[in-house]
Amino acid sequence: MRFLPTGEQSDFARTLRSLLGAAEVPATVRAWAAGDHGPGLALWSRLAGTGLCALAAPEAYEGLGPLPVELALAFVELGRAGVAGPAVETAATVVLLGELARRGEEAPAKRFLPGLLTGDSLATLTLPGGSPYALDADAAEWCFAVRGAGDTATAAEAGPAPDAGAGDTAAAAAASGVAASGSGSARTRALAPDAAPDAGELWLVPGGGERLASLDPARGLFLPGAGGEPLAAGPAVSAAAGVAARWARLLTAAQCLGVGEALLARTVEYVKQRTQFGVPVGSFQAVKHRLADTLLDLEFARPLLWAAALSLSDGDVAAAKLTAGEAAYAAARTALQLHGAVGYTEELDLSLWLRRARPLRDAWGGPSQCRAEVVRSLPAPSGLPQTTATRRVTT
Amino acid sequence: MDLDHSPEVAAFRAEARAWLREHVPDAALPSLETEQGFAAHREWEAELHAGRWSAVSWPEEYGGRGADIERWLVFEEEYWAAGAPGRVSQNGISLLAPTLFDHATPGQRARVLPSMASGEVIWAQAWSEPESGSDLASLRSRAERTEGGWLLSGQKTWSSRAAFADRAFGIFRSDPDAAKPHHGLTYLMFDLRAPGVTVRPIGRLDGKPAFAELFLDRVFVPDEDVIGEPGQGWRIAMSTTGNERGLTLRSPGRFLATAARLAALWRERGDPADTALRDRVADAVVGARAYELFTWAGATRFAAGGEIGAESSLNKVFWSQYDIALHETALDLLGPDAELAQGPWAEPWVFSLAGPIYAGTNEIQRDIIAERLLGLPKGRR
Repeated sequence: MRFLPTGEQSDFARTLRSLLGAAEVPATVRAWAAGDHGPGLALWSRLAGTGLCALAAPEAYEGLGPLPVELALAFVELGRAGVAGPAVETAATVVLLGELARRGEEAPAKRFLPGLLTGDSLATLTLPGGSPYALDADAAEWCFAVRGAGDTATAAEAGPAPDAGAGDTAAAAAASGVAASGSGSARTRALAPDAAPDAGELWLVPGGGERLASLDPARGLFLPGAGGEPLAAGPAVSAAAGVAARWARLLTAAQCLGVGEALLARTVEYVKQRTQFGVPVGSFQAVKHRLADTLLDLEFARPLLWAAALSLSDGDVAAAKLTAGEAAYAAARTALQLHGAVGYTEELDLSLWLRRARPLRDAWGGPSQCRAEVVRSLPAPSGLPQTTATRRVTT
Repeated sequence: MDLDHSPEVAAFRAEARAWLREHVPDAALPSLETEQGFAAHREWEAELHAGRWSAVSWPEEYGGRGADIERWLVFEEEYWAAGAPGRVSQNGISLLAPTLFDHATPGQRARVLPSMASGEVIWAQAWSEPESGSDLASLRSRAERTEGGWLLSGQKTWSSRAAFADRAFGIFRSDPDAAKPHHGLTYLMFDLRAPGVTVRPIGRLDGKPAFAELFLDRVFVPDEDVIGEPGQGWRIAMSTTGNERGLTLRSPGRFLATAARLAALWRERGDPADTALRDRVADAVVGARAYELFTWAGATRFAAGGEIGAESSLNKVFWSQYDIALHETALDLLGPDAELAQGPWAEPWVFSLAGPIYAGTNEIQRDIIAERLLGLPKGRR
């Protein structure tokens, strides 16, 4: 039992923190939001140079992993720095391709992993049961979609773009020789491997299309186009998609934790300096107690994140995402309130994290979905001692 | 990083589980906050002691097993999962004993610890006073020097277990002229049945005498019952609050077991369509897991020689809030049966309501978190 990051793991996180601290990330985020992806892509390339993407890939493909603990610690740093772009989606794609290869479908890994590991390319993806929107498809070299059999039409049905009709998608699927049958809505399906159908299909899809603005201007949302190029199909795709979805949820939880930490740190500094009634506002109990609660939420989310990275179990990952997502959003509310009116301006860099917290809380499994997963993952009743059900415990 | 126990720890767990399965009473004991229940719980302490399970973290010479923090946490998981009774000797074992290990003489340890481990002597705490709650250092009860010892006078209150306990420990003002309120305090142990002591039980919200007022009128305490140097009482009392005590006041095992009972109740009585209640069950399950993991991280740091310090305030605020939410969720699942005072969740709910108040109010804990962990400036409380 040694439930703390090892020296090596902490060193890696520190390396990233110092790289990001010197990278003037806020400027890259503002550029990204304005449609200039250059600085963000250059930063991503430097991050990949530390081995970041390789942590998600197996050694057979020049990877270092998969190492979920290291990657989770790294994504806390990405969240803290406020890095824009489909980082979670790229890492989840690397996991997906590695898992597929492990299950015998090696062609997609051979084709796409080299570019992803060097950081030359970013990827984005949609998975069954996840959001229909592909994040930042305009900045990603490749846009992937895993569709369950019969799900080929789901994205278009669920989204606001009625012209990308179900008929087109089904026709495209049929034309490419991949069977499209059955029915089912991605929205009602759990983001979990056992709930994905056995006949998943991996597609390289056209990512271009209308960019839908997110509440976070640095996030661009795209409905993947119909058709595309089928890459693999069958139970291996479904299983790999389930694993990739868990990683996406885990790494989003990690980002949330980092976002919350950044919001807390900036707010603590602010309330120490801002004076009213002749004293720093941070000396007032009402202010202190809100910040104490913010720290409490974050510090209890952190070990859940670590445990989720260790086990990658559905229940642990859902618990981590739920807790870190809620902690980050609560931190945003507190940061806004304690900054007062200046916190409500987009000019202040704080806004980069304020606007990130809510979408991340909901990405790859919002609180409601995660709570349902936690209850679904409870051990069977037989695992409980019978006598405890009615016993009274005091003191 | 890992969450794995060694084979030795796993064997320790198996031994504890087997013993508990054999010995835990089938029927719940009467409430330990009643005279009859207190006696029944004292007998249970004797049985635990006979199996050498009453104070597993103590050295073997005092009836313990020399268990490290990892084994202690494992034992607690097994203890509460087995549905074993509440610990009537908790104040002594987890508050006074660590102080004795750090500050008492070998003679004092030999005299006090064995009867504490066996439940023969049950200890109560004597910290708060009518005018000294969160501002404990303002306390006024006096210890005056006399031949061969000290004379205690004054009033203590909210003394948990004191209605039926045997002895008490606390701090008293021995030097009224000391420069600061934290100075001039002395840590003493005294007999609740000594001449000059009047114990007035106080009914808590449900009427049970869970605590008491102590009136002290020139109560003689021999020098041998002073812990550490006279005048050093504050430092001694505080030295263990932030360390082991931060980890051990409420073990995760207790909440893991209660959350498991809540999950069982959900399966038994929950309406699957009631997602609002289902979500609260999920929060209770996640909260117990979070507290467990937070504690393993703290235990790892502690085992490596680290200090726990002000982080124990995070711990205290978390479990005290969590405990209330957990029990409220259970009561909501029970519907009309929640109101029954004899129900299995009723008294624990009443008890949970006290959590944010005792052991340092959550307001004080949040001040500590803000000032010592976040570095915010001190201000008026």
